[in-house]
Amino acid sequence: MSDCNGCHAATVLALPERKGAAPTARVAVIGPPNSGKTTLFNRLTGLRQKVANFPGVTVEQHTGVAQLADGREAWIIDLPGVYSLSPRSEDEQIAHDVLTGERHDTPKPEAVLLVLDATNLARHLMLAAPILSLGLPTLVILNMADDLRKRGGHVDLKALAAQLGAPVALISARQGEGLEQVFDFLAGAMPKPALRELPVLQDVPKCREWAGRIGNQARYRPPVPPKWTRRLDALFLHPVAGPLVFAFVVILVFQSIFTYAKPLMDGSDWLFDHSGHWVATHMPESLLRSLLIDGVWKGVGSVIKFLPQVLLLFLFIGILEDSGYLARAAMIADRTMAKVGLQGKSFIPLLSAYACAVPAIMSTRTIENKRDRIATILIAPFMTCSARFPVYTLIVLAFVPSRPLLPFLSSQTVAMIGLYALGFVMAVITARVLKSSILKSGRTPFLLEMPSYRWPTLQSLGLRLLDRSVVFLRRAGTVILLVTVVLWVAAHVPFSHGKPPTLENSLAGTVGRTIEPAIKPLGFNWKIGIGLITSFAARETIIATLGAIYGMDSADENNLNLQKAIHRDLTAGGAVALLIFFAFAMQCISTIAVVRRETAGWKWPLVQFAYMSIVAYLGAFLAFHLIG
Amino acid sequence: MGGQKLLSGTKSRKLKGPIDKNFRRPHTETVLQLSSNSQNEPTATLMDLRRGDSATLASIELPVDDARRLMELGFLPGTEITAGRSAPGGDPRVFRVDGSEIALRRETARLLKIRLPRKSKAS
Repeated sequence: MSDCNGCHAATVLALPERKGAAPTARVAVIGPPNSGKTTLFNRLTGLRQKVANFPGVTVEQHTGVAQLADGREAWIIDLPGVYSLSPRSEDEQIAHDVLTGERHDTPKPEAVLLVLDATNLARHLMLAAPILSLGLPTLVILNMADDLRKRGGHVDLKALAAQLGAPVALISARQGEGLEQVFDFLAGAMPKPALRELPVLQDVPKCREWAGRIGNQARYRPPVPPKWTRRLDALFLHPVAGPLVFAFVVILVFQSIFTYAKPLMDGSDWLFDHSGHWVATHMPESLLRSLLIDGVWKGVGSVIKFLPQVLLLFLFIGILEDSGYLARAAMIADRTMAKVGLQGKSFIPLLSAYACAVPAIMSTRTIENKRDRIATILIAPFMTCSARFPVYTLIVLAFVPSRPLLPFLSSQTVAMIGLYALGFVMAVITARVLKSSILKSGRTPFLLEMPSYRWPTLQSLGLRLLDRSVVFLRRAGTVILLVTVVLWVAAHVPFSHGKPPTLENSLAGTVGRTIEPAIKPLGFNWKIGIGLITSFAARETIIATLGAIYGMDSADENNLNLQKAIHRDLTAGGAVALLIFFAFAMQCISTIAVVRRETAGWKWPLVQFAYMSIVAYLGAFLAFHLIG
Repeated sequence: MGGQKLLSGTKSRKLKGPIDKNFRRPHTETVLQLSSNSQNEPTATLMDLRRGDSATLASIELPVDDARRLMELGFLPGTEITAGRSAPGGDPRVFRVDGSEIALRRETARLLKIRLPRKSKAS
């Protein structure tokens, strides 16, 4: 759930071929799912790849540089988690192929960091057999040393190293404990593993037996079961209390978006208005001033005002992900998923689509069944992504009066939750249709490992919010700024008698009025139409566009409230129609691009775009005519 | 466990009566499973375990690939498995096996045959 718009690419370096002079090693990080590979990778490289407390977060290989003490560098390749080297899903295939040198974009690693969960060592050691049999220099890393210690587990590292024929390090990647052992390995000679008898890899019982024997000889004492995980599960998986707790948390989040985030939003409102006013009074009347004030301030500024709310939403998502609750949510939702013909594994990508559909669609790689995977890809953009969120907030604030329905529940909160539910319901209906027709398939067994609950660290949550702010502001500063500037130009040509035209007669106005007949049945006028067109670049651009349009159109330059302005231009039915259009339409170029890449062709993205557009149009049409 | 090997068809059927009701499983299916057992082998499945119950896994009646993944997660014949909580509605259910907790759907759990369930105190 981390990033939109390919900002993975921005933080991950391309892997260079090995240079003759500089002895840099390429080292792969491998291990079972949710053993903390990416946390270690981030520690070693200083990068910030997405981590969370559930299996299957990493679905592609990432590369970064670790700076060694002697000034040399090591290239670290982070891989998706695997249970064995017999891949079943796309992400496991990637890990397998990188490790065996069968992938063209990544040269074969020269050494391996095998990350195992120290709290479940006996079973995780099974993976050591196939990894050691690769014959590459290997450091066996037992992660989560803090958990092991706290819960009274123990392991004799020397004995384990002797048994495995490879060095062993006990670390806690989360706490940054024991990392020097990893750096020492990277800087050292990296010996090949000593030859030891390994079990037949195809024979799982034999491998488990082998792992158990090694564990015994290393005097491994498993930690006591996590007490708090049992206690929390007794609450969260309780037939009555569980769903109630979930409902309460959801209400709390949306309620706080309208209450606690409101002062922050008013603050940034004030800041933008006053700084805009200051610029306006200190610049001579000119086209440049108009571009700055009407385009940048009123356009981009009206999007940036939503940053506090977006961050609050991501804080909540971050807590859910880091604590381990998400796996439980997937379990609770599995019944609904089963009814529509999907499996619980589809639920985690769908949940992450609440942040952004792009990483969600990539995380469908963990779904083994091809048809299940395509169905999940096709429904993911119906989930309410964070780009829809400012649009919903704006319209809800403008049209829904703030009335308390219950002491803890305002009408705006209900409207917002309703919009989130709307997208989910449409996704479920679509899945049902797909899975009972063109994407029918046999069932793959649903297996989901339940991670232990962990406290989300303040550092991890802080970094998430920081990264999220960067993504949000970058979108505002690139795509949205560009669209706003283009819009401003289109609103100022063609010149007649050396003067810019009125908005209605400008290029932008002409385009808007041209499509007006098509959107009139939905209750939208040509100004909203211009916003709709620009929103296909990115959904929240409509706010910038409307901010700029009303800014340019308004006679009273210094007193413009976007909420009041759209209230003037839309009826209640039109507002609902606009919300429904945004809930269903696939207005996102990045999503189309990632669907094309993941399904290897144009067929599915085009089908998806056409389907979602039709649903959006019909839904908005019905809403406008039923509500009026 | 050896002393309790009274898995002749009729006895087990009697034994399974209340369990069937618990899991709302069609009775015919149980009979079918019993009759398909040629040897004196286990007839109960993971679905017959109630929360806190433990049993030894006997066999996995799934295609090789699926069975392999289950085994990699710890569901090896001979391993002790404890039933944990289930999602509201009873499906899927968490099973404790080999140091981890794995959620399985009913449709999968009923393909994992166990040897005589042994009562243990609920956690």
